[in-house]
Amino acid sequence: MYNDYAVLRSDLNSGKLTAVDVVKYYLANIEKGKHLNAFLSVFKEEAKETASEVDKKIKNCTAGRLAGMVVAVKDVLSLKNKTLTCGSKILENFEALYTATAVQRLIDEDAIIIGKTNCDEFAMGSSNENSAYGAVKNPYDHTRVPGGSSGGSAVAVAADMCMVSLGTDTGGSVRQPAALCGVVGFKPTYGRVSRFGLTAFASSFDTIGPFAKNVQDIALVLEVMAGWDEKDSTCVKKEVENYSSAIGSINENEMTIGIVSDLPSEGLQKEIKDTTDKVIGFLKSNGYQIKPVELPHAKYSIQTYYILTTAEASSNLARYDGARYGHRSKDSKTTEDMNVNSRTEGFGPEVKRRIMLGTYVLSAGYYDAYYKKAQRVRRLIKQDFENAFKEVDLIIMPTTPTTAFKIGEKIDDPLSMYLNDIFTTSSNLSGNPSISIPVGMDNSGLPIGLQIIGRDFDEIGVLKLANYIMRNC
Amino acid sequence: MAVTIHDVEHIANLAKLKFSDKEKEKLQVELNKVLDYIDTLNEIPNLDKVEPLENINDTENVFREDVPEKCLAKEEALKNAPDKTENFFKVPKVIDK
Repeated sequence: MYNDYAVLRSDLNSGKLTAVDVVKYYLANIEKGKHLNAFLSVFKEEAKETASEVDKKIKNCTAGRLAGMVVAVKDVLSLKNKTLTCGSKILENFEALYTATAVQRLIDEDAIIIGKTNCDEFAMGSSNENSAYGAVKNPYDHTRVPGGSSGGSAVAVAADMCMVSLGTDTGGSVRQPAALCGVVGFKPTYGRVSRFGLTAFASSFDTIGPFAKNVQDIALVLEVMAGWDEKDSTCVKKEVENYSSAIGSINENEMTIGIVSDLPSEGLQKEIKDTTDKVIGFLKSNGYQIKPVELPHAKYSIQTYYILTTAEASSNLARYDGARYGHRSKDSKTTEDMNVNSRTEGFGPEVKRRIMLGTYVLSAGYYDAYYKKAQRVRRLIKQDFENAFKEVDLIIMPTTPTTAFKIGEKIDDPLSMYLNDIFTTSSNLSGNPSISIPVGMDNSGLPIGLQIIGRDFDEIGVLKLANYIMRNC
Repeated sequence: MAVTIHDVEHIANLAKLKFSDKEKEKLQVELNKVLDYIDTLNEIPNLDKVEPLENINDTENVFREDVPEKCLAKEEALKNAPDKTENFFKVPKVIDK
């Protein structure tokens, strides 16, 4: 088992093992873990071929920074000439015409893409039960969900089917499954990583983030992926710092950590609260300043999030009309029939529900009452964070209110499913970077995640503290 | 309930989706439940004085020189077409005479 890229790389460099060996190892684990349903496609032969090219480069000392790192990619990210289903029947046979910038940058540094992972349809969900290709199972308990929407990517790392995976986070879709599967998951600041090649769900929220077993690997992958891209006009022209070399050094006395005193805590599992308190106690005893802060509008996050993201989704998903790509209904006598029947047959229930809600809040007479109102609350939530970050450097809170729940437990109650994202959506509304790290287990042996949120573009601060806690606590 | 079956049908029509009567009833209940929860936003005082947040990073328009660049070849663009003829996407008649 290779838990750490630096160790693997030094073994590759010294000739102790080859990239082909590494790919074979992960392919065997993917086969063994088939019942978890984490992958939608596996590039068996191609990954081995790429690996043997990488081995040559390693020998010639021309290998890139991620040589031999085996990576799985959520199936909402484009990889040229590979199927891109987005977990949806409507894109069952769709082949991508180009590669997402974030993925291309990993490939350019000799990472090996091993396959595409299962996810909730169009990244809409918190349990991975909304995939048209079946639910993904939590490796800790097969009767439980892995979280979502990037459930397959979280499981792929947790069950050792790859070293690193990519997910996307619109309301917690990297951090929540990371917490439920006991791995590290990072959501960068909005605009830090190009969204080009990421199938749009809610464009002003969508981010791409990595999963790994440790913070060091997250930092390295992020460093390669991040940075300006002319193909995404919301991607920020800001220099990418050396995350991987910066995270090792930390001065405890320089950092003030905020704990949110008015956090909505109904439904918070006791073991999660206790574990969070334990970490805070540990930090305090190691010289960190701990200070209470308020996020008075955080309790409105879910409401605001569901208005804005469903509105954006209803508009983004209008492109699936049966005309140019994707599923076309056999019952398409007129173009209107083609539009309506292709969409009705192609989309699953949760996607339809969100398109309906989004269309409703944008429809004549309701725009001001819902959409515009939610944009105002979004500003208040962003201001809450700005005010808090005048007092503290980082904020700590749980990632999820509960550990992994049972498959089927919440699928018939959309609102209770949505409330699972109560702690994660606020940093998508505000744009701030945040991470989930594994910090313990509950009494049933299910992983508990802790979330660290930082100032806009302070990925270093977030990664530093995460690394410190994981190494020392 | 705020959302009526008629509303559900109207929205479905706008969204180009079709539902059975049973699905419509279920959607009506679910939408109302979510909208009730959403309505708690109304308790925030003086909200109309807050400027709506449209752009999270205050980025401005991004322009580039108006020069043609390489784009998808026709065959590539048509690769995923459910139906095509020569260099065109083929769709059913727009007006059914």
